[in-house]
Amino acid sequence: MSAIRMPTPDPAILARADAIRAALAAALPAECVVTDEAGRRAFETDALTAYRRLPLAVLLPRSTEETALALKLCRQHGVNIVPRGAGTSLAGGAVPQEDAVVVGLSKMNRILEVNYADRYARVEAGVTNLSISEAMAADGFFYAPDPSSQLACTIGGNVANNSGGAHCLKYGVTSNHLMGVRLVTFEGEVVDIGGPALDPAGLDFLGLICGAEGQLGIVTEVFVRILPLAEGARPALFGFDDAEDASRCVAAIIGAGILPVAMEYMDNLAIEITENFAHAGYPLDVEAMLIIECEGSTPEIDAEFARILEIAHAHGVRVVRECQSAMEAAQIWKGRKSAFGATGRIADYICMDGTVPTGRLPEALRRVGEICAAAGLRVANVFHAGDGNMHPLILYNVNDPKEQEKAERAGEEVLAMSVELGGCLTGEHGVGLEKRDLMSKQYTPQELAQQKAVRAVFDPEGRFNPAKVFPLEERAA
Amino acid sequence: MTHTPADAREAAEIVRAANAPFDIAGAGTRAFGRPPEGVRLSGAGLGGIVFHEPAEMTLRARAGTPVREVEEKLAEAGQMLPFEPMDPRVLFGTTGEPTVGGLVASALAGPRRLSAGAVRDNLLGVEIVNGRGEIIRAGGRVMKNVTGLDLVKITCGALGTLGFITEATFKLLPRPRAEATIVIRRLDDARAVEAMAMALGSPFGVSGAATIHAGMGREFPRTLLRVEGFKDSVAYRAERLIALLADFGAKHALLGEESERMWRAIRDGAFLAEPRERAIWRASLKPSDAPAALAALGTTALASLMDLGGGLLWFATDPTPQAAGEVRAALARIPGHAELIRAEAGLRSRVDVFTPLNPALARLTRGVKQSLDPKGLFNPGRMYAGI
Ligand SMILES: Cc1cc2nc3c(=O)[nH]c(=O)nc-3n(C[C@H](O)[C@H](O)[C@H](O)COP(=O)(O)OP(=O)(O)OC[C@H]3O[C@@H](n4cnc5c(N)ncnc54)[C@H](O)[C@@H]3O)c2cc1C
Repeated sequence: MSAIRMPTPDPAILARADAIRAALAAALPAECVVTDEAGRRAFETDALTAYRRLPLAVLLPRSTEETALALKLCRQHGVNIVPRGAGTSLAGGAVPQEDAVVVGLSKMNRILEVNYADRYARVEAGVTNLSISEAMAADGFFYAPDPSSQLACTIGGNVANNSGGAHCLKYGVTSNHLMGVRLVTFEGEVVDIGGPALDPAGLDFLGLICGAEGQLGIVTEVFVRILPLAEGARPALFGFDDAEDASRCVAAIIGAGILPVAMEYMDNLAIEITENFAHAGYPLDVEAMLIIECEGSTPEIDAEFARILEIAHAHGVRVVRECQSAMEAAQIWKGRKSAFGATGRIADYICMDGTVPTGRLPEALRRVGEICAAAGLRVANVFHAGDGNMHPLILYNVNDPKEQEKAERAGEEVLAMSVELGGCLTGEHGVGLEKRDLMSKQYTPQELAQQKAVRAVFDPEGRFNPAKVFPLEERAA
Repeated sequence: MTHTPADAREAAEIVRAANAPFDIAGAGTRAFGRPPEGVRLSGAGLGGIVFHEPAEMTLRARAGTPVREVEEKLAEAGQMLPFEPMDPRVLFGTTGEPTVGGLVASALAGPRRLSAGAVRDNLLGVEIVNGRGEIIRAGGRVMKNVTGLDLVKITCGALGTLGFITEATFKLLPRPRAEATIVIRRLDDARAVEAMAMALGSPFGVSGAATIHAGMGREFPRTLLRVEGFKDSVAYRAERLIALLADFGAKHALLGEESERMWRAIRDGAFLAEPRERAIWRASLKPSDAPAALAALGTTALASLMDLGGGLLWFATDPTPQAAGEVRAALARIPGHAELIRAEAGLRSRVDVFTPLNPALARLTRGVKQSLDPKGLFNPGRMYAGI
C-alpha cells in the first residue's frame, strides 16, 4: 500500500531473531531490553505514522557505557541500528525495520551541569528540549531552539535533525547552539567532540554530526549554549484579507532591516483548525495571519512594533491584535505550537518542510494551493515565514490508499517546487524515509556519492539508520 | 607555475588532470596553517558577486571576490557579514585584497561571534571542487536547510584541505545604526571575566566583550562591552549595563567612530601585530578558565588580550619551538585548544600549528580528508602534518 519502499529484511537476521534477542537480554540489565512483541510495538513508528515496522528488539541504555555495549552487541550480531529519541520525527527518521535494533535514549534524561558563568549546559541526549529551558528559567536563562514538539522531543533528536523552531529567526537552529557531543560509533568507541569552549578544534565535526539524522553514531551527551532571557517579549497578530499580502509583508519587514524573534504564518484553514482546538483568540475572518514576536524592554518592543505596523499597513493589514497580558501571549503561542496536533485531530496529514527564498513565498504559497487543489486535497499552511521554511499540511485519509498516494504525490510536487524556486527539500524535519527518494532532485549523483563517502568514514557498513536519507541503491544485478 | 581557473568547470579539469599537490590560495593574505607545498591553485580568477538579495539578507560570491567588494556592496544596502571578519593584512603584514574563499577557508570570526555566530553559522552554502575533480554543491541559499549530510560547515575552516572552494553564500544582518562601548578600567583578569560574564548573562544584547591588558595603548587594563542596534535601544542598554556593572567601576561609554575603531583593532589583532617577529596564538576555552590559562602561560605570553568574554585568548610569544612547547604544556590541562596563527614559515613547519588530535579525532580527520580528497591534492599537511 505504502509508496515508500522499505528494504527487504535480511532473512538471515530474522532466522536468528530469537537467539539475538536472548543474547541481548543476557548481556544487558533487564530494564534496558525490550523483546516482547507488545513492548516492541510501542516503537514501531514515529510521527510519520503511515509507516510501521516492528523492530527486532529495543535497547534502552542508561549510560554512555551501556550504549557502547549495546552497539558492540549489535555489531557482533550484524544487526542494523535505529537510534531513537522521543519518536516525534515527521520524516520517518525513527521508523525501525524488522531486522534492526532500536537504541532509545529515553532513560538518559539527566541535566548534568548548568554553568551560567560560561553559558553552557551539559545534558544527556534523552532530555526533552523544553526541560533544558525549564531547568534554568528561574535564573533567567534558556536554550534557544524551540521546536513545536519541545515538550516531547529530545535534544539528541534535535541534534540528529538540526531542528529549528519558531524563535529561530533571531536565534538560529540547533547547530548554532551546539558546543559539543559525546558520540558512540558503530564499533562502540566513545568520541568527545567539542566541549565547553565556544568553538571546537580542527575540522568542524559538530557541523557534520548535527543534522546527520543519526547516521554517524549515537549521541549520548550534549553541550549546548544557553542564553539570557530577554527582558520581555510580546507577540501580536496581523490579519490579512489577501494571503499574498501577508507573505509580501514578511519579506518587506526583513528587507527593512527589522529582525523580530519570530514571524509565523497561518492561513485560513490552519487558523480555523487551531482556533477550534486551542481558543487562542485568532481572527477567523482573515485569509492569512502573521504572529510576530518582538523582544526587549517595553519601549524597545513598542518601537519595533511601530516600525512593523507601518509596513503591515502598507501591505493592507486589516486586523491587528496587540497582546495585553502574559496570559494572552501564552495563548497565542499555545495555539501556534498545537497547530499540528489540532490538525491531526480532524484528519491525517503529511507535513511538508521545504524552504524557499523569502522573496518567493507568495509564488510558493500560490503553487502549493494549486497543486493540492488539482489533487482534490485540502491543505493548511502554518509555518516559519521569516526564514521561508514552509509547512503545508496536506490533509488526507490514511485508510484510503488512493488518497494517501495522491497526498504523497502532491507532497512530492510541492518539494520539487521548493527546490525549483531556489530552496530545498527540508528545512528542519530531515529527509528520513519520507524524502529519501527525492534527494536526486536536489543533488547530483556525484554530490550524493560524496555525502555517502563522508558518512562511510563514521559508519563504513551503513549500520545506522539504513534505507534513510539516501535513495535506495539499485539492487545489484 | 600557477593555475588560475576562470570557473568551477575549469578548476575541475585542472584537478582531474593533477597528480601532484596544490597550494590553494586566494590573494595569499593569510599565512595561516603549516606552510604550503605544491603548485599554486589560485581562486583569483573566480571573481564577482553572483547575487545580493537585500530583502532576503543573502549574498553569493565567487571565491576570488575581494572581501572589500562584498563589504562595500553590503554597506550600500545597510547590511553586513554578521561575523565581523578580520582584515588579515593587519596581523600578517601582507598586501593585496583578502578574498571570500580565504575567509571561508580560514574561518576567523571577530568579536561579534558572541552574538552573531561564527563564519560557519552564517554560511548557507558552498560550491567546491573535490579531489576527484567533481563540482560539489553543499547547502544552498535559504536560511534553513537540513537536506542530506551537511558538507558546508566541514569545508569552513578546513584551510582548503578538503576542496577548492569556488563559491560561497552568506546570511547577512542589517548593519547596526548605532553602537556604544562601555569601558571599565583596571580590573584584574578574574574580575574582568566576572564582569564580562555578568554582562553576557544580562538581557542587554552584548555583542562584544573583551579585555585589553595594560601596556596596550594604556597603562592599565580596559574591559570593553559593546551594544549595537537602533539608537534609542543602544542608549537604553548602555545605561542599564553601566548600572548593572557599577560595582566593577563601569562609568562611561565610547560612541560611534571611537567604538568602531576599538573593535576593529580587536578584530584584527592589531594590539598584538607589532613587533612583527613575534608568534601570535589564539586559544579557545571556557571563559572562566581564562585567568588560570593566562597565569599558566605566565611570562611565555609576552602580550595578551581576552576576547569573547574570555573565551578567546590572543597572545604573543617568542618565535621559538621552545615557546610553542611551553604554550602546549601550559594549556594541556585546560579544556579547549590553541592555534599558532602567525609565525614565519620555518616555525610553522616545525611545531604543531593546531592542537594535536587524539587518536579518534585523528582517524576521523584522516577519513574525511580521504573521502573528499583521496589523492591528497589539496593543501596537504596545512592543518596537520601528514593529513
Ligand atoms: C507536533 C510536532 C511538531 C513539530 N515541530 C517541529 C518544529 O517546530 N521544528 C522542528 O525542527 N521539528 C519539529 N518536529 C519534528 C521533530 O519533533 C524533531 O525532528 C525532533 O528533533 C525529533 O526529536 P525526537 O527526540 O523525537 O527524535 P526521534 O524522532 O526519535 O528521532 C529523530 C531522528 O534522530 C535520530 N536520533 C534520535 N536520537 C538520537 C541520538 N541520541 N543520537 C543519534 N541519532 C538520534 C533518529 O534515528 C531519527 O533519525 C515536530 C514534530 C511534531 C510531531
